[in-house]
Amino acid sequence: MTQPFRTMAGGRVNRDRPVRFGFDGRSYEGYAGDTLASALLANDVHLVGRSFKYHRPRGILSAGPEEPNALVTIDRGPGRVTPNLRATGIELYDGLMARSQNRFPSLRFDLGAMAGLASPLISAGFYYKSFMWPASFWRRVYEPLIRRAAGLGKAPETADPDRYLHRYAHCDVLIVGGGPAGLAAALGASATGARVILCDEQAELGGSLLDEPGVTIDGWPAPDWVREAIATLGGSVTLLPRTTAFGWYPGNMIGLLERVTDHLPEPAGTLPRERLWQVRAERVVLATGAIERPLVFPGNDRPGVMLAGSARTYLHRYGVKVGGRIAIATDNDSAYRAATDLHAAGIDIAGIVDSRTSAGGEAVEAARSLGISIRTGLTIAGTEGRMRVHSAKLSNGTDIIPCDTILMSGGWTPTVHLFSQSRGQLVFDGESGTYLPSEGAVGACAGVFDLAACLRDGTEAGGSEPRIFAVAGMPAMAPSRTPDGTRPHRSAFVDFQNDVTTKDLAIAAAEGFVSIEHVKRYTTAGMATDQGKTSNLNALATVAALTGQGMESVGLTTFRPPYTPVTFGAFAGAARGALFAPVRLPPIAVAGAVLEDVGTWKRARCYPVANETTEAATLRECLAVRNEAGMLDASTLGKIEVAGPDAAAFLSLIYTGDFTTLAIGRCRYAVLAGEDGFIRDDGIVARLAADRFHVTTTTGGAAFVLHHMEDYLQTEFPGLRVWLTSITEQWAVIAVQGPRSADTLARFIPDIDLGSMPHMSVREGHIGDIKLRLFRVSFTGEAGFELNVPPDQAQRIWDTLNQHDVTPYGTDAMHVLRAEKGYIIVGQDTDGTVTPDDAGLAWTIAGGDFVGRRSLSLPEMTRADRKQLVGLLPTDPAMVLDEGAQIVGEGRGESLGHVTSSYFSATLGRGFALGLIAGGRARIGATLSVPMPRGDITVTVGDPVLVDKPSQRLKARPIQPVAAEPLLPPQAWLAPTCRPAASVRLTVLAPTTRLAIRAGGPAATGIGLASGVLLPTVPNRSVFARDRAALWLGPDEWLIVAPDDAADLQAEALKAAVGHPVSVVDVSHATRTFELAGSAAAWCLNAFCALDLDQAAFPVGMCTRTLLAKAPVVLWRVAGDLFHLDVARSYVPYVWDCLEQFRLELTDVVVNET
Amino acid sequence: MLRIPCPWCGPRPENEFRYGGQAGLIRPANPAAVSDAGWGGYLYLRANPRGRHVERWRHLHGCGRFFTCVRDTVTDRIASTHKPGEAVP
Repeated sequence: MTQPFRTMAGGRVNRDRPVRFGFDGRSYEGYAGDTLASALLANDVHLVGRSFKYHRPRGILSAGPEEPNALVTIDRGPGRVTPNLRATGIELYDGLMARSQNRFPSLRFDLGAMAGLASPLISAGFYYKSFMWPASFWRRVYEPLIRRAAGLGKAPETADPDRYLHRYAHCDVLIVGGGPAGLAAALGASATGARVILCDEQAELGGSLLDEPGVTIDGWPAPDWVREAIATLGGSVTLLPRTTAFGWYPGNMIGLLERVTDHLPEPAGTLPRERLWQVRAERVVLATGAIERPLVFPGNDRPGVMLAGSARTYLHRYGVKVGGRIAIATDNDSAYRAATDLHAAGIDIAGIVDSRTSAGGEAVEAARSLGISIRTGLTIAGTEGRMRVHSAKLSNGTDIIPCDTILMSGGWTPTVHLFSQSRGQLVFDGESGTYLPSEGAVGACAGVFDLAACLRDGTEAGGSEPRIFAVAGMPAMAPSRTPDGTRPHRSAFVDFQNDVTTKDLAIAAAEGFVSIEHVKRYTTAGMATDQGKTSNLNALATVAALTGQGMESVGLTTFRPPYTPVTFGAFAGAARGALFAPVRLPPIAVAGAVLEDVGTWKRARCYPVANETTEAATLRECLAVRNEAGMLDASTLGKIEVAGPDAAAFLSLIYTGDFTTLAIGRCRYAVLAGEDGFIRDDGIVARLAADRFHVTTTTGGAAFVLHHMEDYLQTEFPGLRVWLTSITEQWAVIAVQGPRSADTLARFIPDIDLGSMPHMSVREGHIGDIKLRLFRVSFTGEAGFELNVPPDQAQRIWDTLNQHDVTPYGTDAMHVLRAEKGYIIVGQDTDGTVTPDDAGLAWTIAGGDFVGRRSLSLPEMTRADRKQLVGLLPTDPAMVLDEGAQIVGEGRGESLGHVTSSYFSATLGRGFALGLIAGGRARIGATLSVPMPRGDITVTVGDPVLVDKPSQRLKARPIQPVAAEPLLPPQAWLAPTCRPAASVRLTVLAPTTRLAIRAGGPAATGIGLASGVLLPTVPNRSVFARDRAALWLGPDEWLIVAPDDAADLQAEALKAAVGHPVSVVDVSHATRTFELAGSAAAWCLNAFCALDLDQAAFPVGMCTRTLLAKAPVVLWRVAGDLFHLDVARSYVPYVWDCLEQFRLELTDVVVNET
Repeated sequence: MLRIPCPWCGPRPENEFRYGGQAGLIRPANPAAVSDAGWGGYLYLRANPRGRHVERWRHLHGCGRFFTCVRDTVTDRIASTHKPGEAVP
């Protein structure tokens, strides 16, 4: 007979939909609506696991998230194996495959149970006592043995193929728990029009009401009232079933875990398995209910021993009888309801044992009137039965009750975990012997167990006037109370999941552990995956009794997130694989290039041809630059436009040099030091106009330098009229270097005389028909140029130059070439402890004050034995030192320093290195030693400049005039094509004109007049005028957006028209604009953006910089369901992929409109 | 994730901000006139209070502005935020 313990009728399972499932290889039948636990019980399966330490047979204790015993592994195929799931929370589906855990070879015959015989050896503190010696045995012998014997399920071994998503949400009221108090709170909050989120971990809302078909509320049977109540909730209420509030973080940020597909037999691939919500709530209502406590008696852990309230749940909710002959042990009234209900279902109640000396009241009398034997003043003193309990021995020492199930109730513990996590004040309630939240809780969580009171309090907690509901059919019950003051039984289980007994607690007490936090850690009580949901109060009461203290003075241990375990996948969300971090690609792509990570960018290390190795390619590329011409994609360099009347003075404060003397059209190498005097970054400062500079930074330092400059500008030098605009992505950079570079470039650059352009100068002109900002600079030691061009045109120029035998070279060759010339790389040859003088850059230091100057005169900073940058030549020319290798003097003395850069030089035909060596410049000519595993390597200290010390090669030389040649034709930029979905259409818009404005108040007004669109003064708002708009981005910062052909919006012309100092920078090429349109646009953005995008919080016209996942963006609500998202070019693929992750879920595909 | 009230943009999630350390440190107008010990203190000596802490934050992924924030280092609660130049209570 299938499902022998299923009732004939009743329950909320669908008896028309039988479901087949497997447990430990055997096939069973249950019904849709079952949990794995209820279906197993319907099939009379109580033995479901082995305990953590002693491998004792264990059964299903509860019907909810508190379950400590019934942990199983669900196997959905490779990578989809989830261990340690509570059978009480697993919804049954057709084909579900579950396995028991921590047993070998089988659940019924488990060799590990031998551990039970050795239990005296592995009681509290056994790790510390039994395995002390020898120390080396711990890691190799004891720990592996213990780990194998004790444990839970196995972690999956292959990568998780499922998708997980995050979601940010905001609400006025977050209600945790969908039971009577929570639903009433939702009714109360909904009536006020508030934005409400109600979450409940169960598949069906209703909580304990689903167990009460005999109770009516306003005339409705309780389960039907749930349905009616939900139907009356307004549209501002979001209901989230199957969603656990697992953590309460600062600022009312609540973490929710929504299980989206675990209950489906065949989940659609487009759905995420789980969704992690980060909800920012103005107010949180905790309606988390209460958890029933087990009684602490010997043998209280045998399969068949369950919580009394859970037996009612199995009966009323699932139509399952938990046994055939049931003994009940209790210390409160609530278990009597289980007795009467199970009796009514035809189950033999073998007797009730009540530890109270007398019992009375409505619930008790109802049981008594059925003729059920009630014995007061007694407890259970022991149980028998190996794989299933078969009898209970009473504390009078004589009576034995034969039974197949024991139900126990030790009263109810309010579920205060989240409140405790919020750092709320828990107050001991002497009446119930439990801890209660001081505020914010309602219903059983607040210690209120009367249904009518829960409902009334709920509506009030929701924000409405308290509403009275007519409740009938619920017997009056005296509140339960945690027992204290009695000596506990000699050995009974307190914490089932971690196998902690009263004896362990007694050992801890005897050994002098006083603080409950210490007792917890010494005995591990409450430290298992169930976080002591059923055990904390009992452990506390036991410790109180053992130490003769009151429960309130023992105190409660701190609850920590998560409430129930959360998968790693949910925490990671979409941020895995390609979306783990943004991958920024430069505008030039070359097939076959070998890429490396530099900061957040991917850059080409080298460009191998045919079957070349990277080493061979690098040697070839170096020689091409030294002898002919090469080109490097240097687009990733940071670039900042520094504008304003005081720009030169400001740069002279930020960098070590004096830029007031820099002529227009000239460049200067610049070193940036921190206030501590150490090198932080370097770059080129180019003066475009008296009040305008183009400053470059290192690739990795771009964000830091801009932040650093803004810091000083805003806080230390606010009087300076200077504004900064990042132009990193506005300009692509191709460095063309080598003796032939000027001759080749001259064929394409008609309006700049390259031959007369001196080293360290800048000109503006054209390459072909493309706007060009041309630098004559060198990071190779060769004469060379850096072409700054709009990024859309960079590939075309690159390909043209490639056809004219300009050899592409990558970062590897760049590193070698610059090191040969003694140019440093910040972060490689410096490490945050190197001063300009240490690096041989004292020549960059000018006269006046600058950030870091004072520190350079501190005594430590001027010592002669500071580490200084020198060149190192291995005696063996074929030798290439290891970077990071230590350098010592004669013999094996103290380290003098280390190798910072080391390469093989094709130019020199030998290995060479740069290094930081104590008093290095005074050691030039000396022989030092680099000790390595294969023997010492001798090196000679020398000058760091090995190629062209007098810099003859950098000098400009006249070139022969040549006929102009055309560039290759431009390539259209291909916008990614969008998967159609009506609820969110995603488009990348064609480029438009975008001007970054930075100005003070009067100038802002002037810009408004000159540009035809007033600059908004209200933060985060935009102004439209004709075809253009102005967006407020900061108190002195705006973005003007206009069509591509807005000819009147030229940066310099606009500036000239204003008459006040102002910065106007064309940033049209720096970003692409995404358009998100459709009813789900805001919903889509909130998968990755933490802002509140409700129309009330983020109205039409609002604009702001923010983060979308890990990408900085400008978000602008153009219309109710229309957002524009400005994304820096290099982040376009990342942001696109992020948004597509969400859109995968959308199936409402647009049908062709024709 | 903290929610930080930017004095210009209103409450925003913490990931838009960047911490800027103790507030109220003023770079000496003439660093050359500061003693070595005094300069060392300016560089490295910072308050580490338990409780009220006046500190700088920058709304990096927002309006870009530095501002002053009064935060309790025990509870993480933010009492108030202020634009530069505003009096901090």
